[in-house]
Amino acid sequence: MRNQALRALLLVASLALWEVAVRALRVPAFILPPPSEIGAALVRGAATGIYLRHFCVTLAETLLGFALGSTIAFALGTALAASPRLEYFLYPYIVMFQSIPKVALAPLVVIWFGLGLTSKVVSAALIAFFPLLVNTIVGLRSADEDRIDLMRSLGATQLQIFRMLRLPSALSFIMAGLEVAVVFSLVGAIVAEFVGSEAGLGMLIQSRNFSMDVAGEFAVLFILGLMGLLLNTALAAVRRRVLFWDPSQKAAASGASMKGSL
Amino acid sequence: MARTADEVIAVKGLRKEYQTSRGTLLALEGIDFKVGGGEFVAIVGPSGCGKSTLLKLLAGLLPATAGDVLLRGTPVNGPRRDVGFVFQSPVLFPWRTVLDNVLLPADVQRLNRGNALPRALELLGLVGLSGFEQRYPWELSGGMQQRVAITRALIHNPAMLLMDEPFGALDALTREAMNLELQRIWLDRRETVVFVTHSIAEAAFLADRVLVMTPRPGRLLDRIDVALPRPRALDLMAAPEFGAIVRRIRAHFDARAAIEG
Repeated sequence: MRNQALRALLLVASLALWEVAVRALRVPAFILPPPSEIGAALVRGAATGIYLRHFCVTLAETLLGFALGSTIAFALGTALAASPRLEYFLYPYIVMFQSIPKVALAPLVVIWFGLGLTSKVVSAALIAFFPLLVNTIVGLRSADEDRIDLMRSLGATQLQIFRMLRLPSALSFIMAGLEVAVVFSLVGAIVAEFVGSEAGLGMLIQSRNFSMDVAGEFAVLFILGLMGLLLNTALAAVRRRVLFWDPSQKAAASGASMKGSL
Repeated sequence: MARTADEVIAVKGLRKEYQTSRGTLLALEGIDFKVGGGEFVAIVGPSGCGKSTLLKLLAGLLPATAGDVLLRGTPVNGPRRDVGFVFQSPVLFPWRTVLDNVLLPADVQRLNRGNALPRALELLGLVGLSGFEQRYPWELSGGMQQRVAITRALIHNPAMLLMDEPFGALDALTREAMNLELQRIWLDRRETVVFVTHSIAEAAFLADRVLVMTPRPGRLLDRIDVALPRPRALDLMAAPEFGAIVRRIRAHFDARAAIEG
């Protein structure tokens, strides 16, 4: 309770310091606007409904891209973890593809898939793909040897070992991968919007940048931050539910490890 | 002192080699023994003598290089369903409750859960875990977890129970309590048990017969019948006849230590 009050106080103090510093040092608003102007821009945009519309567009792109990227990553990761042969043949390509910064592919993706929703979903999926692929492979291979021996001693089939042992053992890795992937999806969607789009928060940032509406730009950044927080909180809630039995979850409740690259 | 004439396990000329980067490693050689129905056999030997390898061969988890393992007359060529295995660590699944862990063999072997359930509850009662059915393994102490593991190994009525240093990770007091507990369960159920340990006292206390193994390569050095009456109490460990058995087992290791030392 006292800590929460302190937290709020710290926020108010930093905003006040920002406001005072910008006004006292006469920083031009197109370099760094004071928080009051950003607040005013937020209220203006909220009143017209413009933020909500673009928020929904970007959220849809992010979620669809996240779903697509994670589904493919999980399926491919499962296949690679199950078959060393497949891994032998595919791994060089995967490593090569992984070392390309995926954001650099966004212009190409927009050329291929157009200015609409599809290119954003593909771009988001591309970036979301790797953290989950890597974590799925590592997770499925992390099953304890004694547990595998136990399952084998009971006459379990490979499918049973996968379903009853490998998959639950991999869950903490998969959840960590998903948490990174969802934030990466947002990055992929925004980058593709920068390259070319008709709607979305990334498009809004760019159009305000062109018109030097920096306060309005900050307002959109704030909304983007909110979206990231929302996505992260939702996944953390899912993780706590599925990994209730994992003692490491209590320690690692905040901050997923960053695996994979943009 | 095989209690019944029918032999459950017969091991003949068993040999196991491992291929390593430095060449062939001989883990076990010339292992011959039999275990009768309802007999409790302990295999004792120092660390690295291949005891765990031997158990995995019995369970069909590893292929033998040469020789045979017969379980109720049929050769063991791979994992089979009528074996109960207890490891040094409990090897429970943390996402399953105690009851679901015990029922794991039933789930794997697609046995009717409804039929297995009364047996699971009865066995959990036998090991003193009534009331803990819906708890999760991480809510239990190490000794309780190992009792869950023993219960799980018994649920599908295995032909033999293989125990690989099951109490090695427990503190000395809990370990003694678990030895008594295991004896009680065994007297109640009369399973055929092969129990691996590096504790001479534990082997002599629990077993009908103790097999002594040498390290690298593992060979059977001696077989000692433990003709002490049951149920055995912990006081027995102070008795002269118990001491004689322990001395006889220990003499094998002391002799080797003198040669190698």
